[in-house]
Amino acid sequence: MDKVYVSVEEAIAEVFEGATIMFGGFWYTGFPSELTLALVKKGTKKLTVIAQSVGVGNDLDILAANGQIRKAIVNYAFFPSPDKITEFERQLRAHEVKCQTYPMGSFIEKIRAGGAGIAGFYTPTGLGTVVAQGKEHRFFDGREYILEEALRADFAFVHAHTGDRKGNLVYRKAARNYNPEMAMAGTVTIAEVENLVEPGELDPDCIHTPGIYVQRVVKVERPNINFSFT
Amino acid sequence: MDSEERLGLTDELMALRAAKELEDGMYVNLGIGIPTMVSNWILDRDIILQAEIGFLEQGPFAEPDEVDQDVISAGAEPVTALRGASFFSISESFAMIRGGHIDVAILGALQVSEKGDLASWNNPARKISDSGNIGGSMDLAVGAIKVIIIMEHTTRDGGLKILKECTYPLTAKGVVNLIITNLAVIEVSGEGLVLKEIAPGITPEQVQAVTGAELKITEDLKEMVF
Repeated sequence: MDKVYVSVEEAIAEVFEGATIMFGGFWYTGFPSELTLALVKKGTKKLTVIAQSVGVGNDLDILAANGQIRKAIVNYAFFPSPDKITEFERQLRAHEVKCQTYPMGSFIEKIRAGGAGIAGFYTPTGLGTVVAQGKEHRFFDGREYILEEALRADFAFVHAHTGDRKGNLVYRKAARNYNPEMAMAGTVTIAEVENLVEPGELDPDCIHTPGIYVQRVVKVERPNINFSFT
Repeated sequence: MDSEERLGLTDELMALRAAKELEDGMYVNLGIGIPTMVSNWILDRDIILQAEIGFLEQGPFAEPDEVDQDVISAGAEPVTALRGASFFSISESFAMIRGGHIDVAILGALQVSEKGDLASWNNPARKISDSGNIGGSMDLAVGAIKVIIIMEHTTRDGGLKILKECTYPLTAKGVVNLIITNLAVIEVSGEGLVLKEIAPGITPEQVQAVTGAELKITEDLKEMVF
């Protein structure tokens, strides 16, 4: 089975209007920039994007500026200082888009649960805050928890350091971040990889994302990251 | 406001005072802002920093020739990874945080109540109440064994930040153990706030005057020594 696509455009060709898409990456580190820019070119609209942030330290604000985002599910929504705003924040204030924010640990666990066939889980995080509003509360061993439900997506865009033709992926250092769980939770997971190798070249003991979770692999250049966004 | 214009401790000294709370062998997470400066005061100590992006043994900021774009802090600064570091996913990072494996989290705050409630993620001045920059703050606040807050004692225009009840949206309830400000070190106890230490040249009355909850003063009250 060869999962390699020759271009990012072909790899994302099936993304449809109204799709839900997860994007790996923590700020720019491990963010699938090439797939995202291909999606900007494709112009698909009414997207729900699930990512660490929308436009702060990643390329999702280009999608927003292009009018492609309907809703964002994030754990970091805005620039730290209110003096600087993203296009997404402008659209949110104009009620053109929707935004849901979750605590980082709950956010990634919802995604992990989605990929692992778990409907939801109880967490103490967010208890007594706006995050808990409208959610089931339950005591276990005398401690109170809230129910968080799983998240899945039609597509997951991930960025890996090295991948093989079977979709096995290895991430590099802190660029791993959200990528492994998002790879699990996408119905179609598309991996952009800085290095493409043949099956057998990766040490089977050291694979972070086994190929079963990955449907498409496309080779990209190593990104050149801009650290000066905040 | 510049540190020079402010009464009491500079940001650097607040960070140093917080560093004194840490013990060798501890696993510690530092929040964005002044808490990050604590790392400058523990370089020669056996304290392991957890970076919520997914590694243990976070080192100092990277020099220009050692910048690796795949090694950054939660605040997006290029940092170094020390010998013995390990990298992992965000779900594992937050299993550590939520699962009680982090000994101390040192965080910033907008408001803290006398019951240890923390408000840190949403300033109502932004006028968006239901979404914002939660990041890892809610998980760290409930998951870390001890939560230490470093913050300026009041807002820049003199507004009170230590209160009977927080008025800003909460990050977590009843989680703060210790508050370190430019004026004082305050412990959140079962019986309310206890003034433990005051900055050099500051009186307990001065601290109480800019605190929106009653401070208990005991015979143990000391002036901070550096």
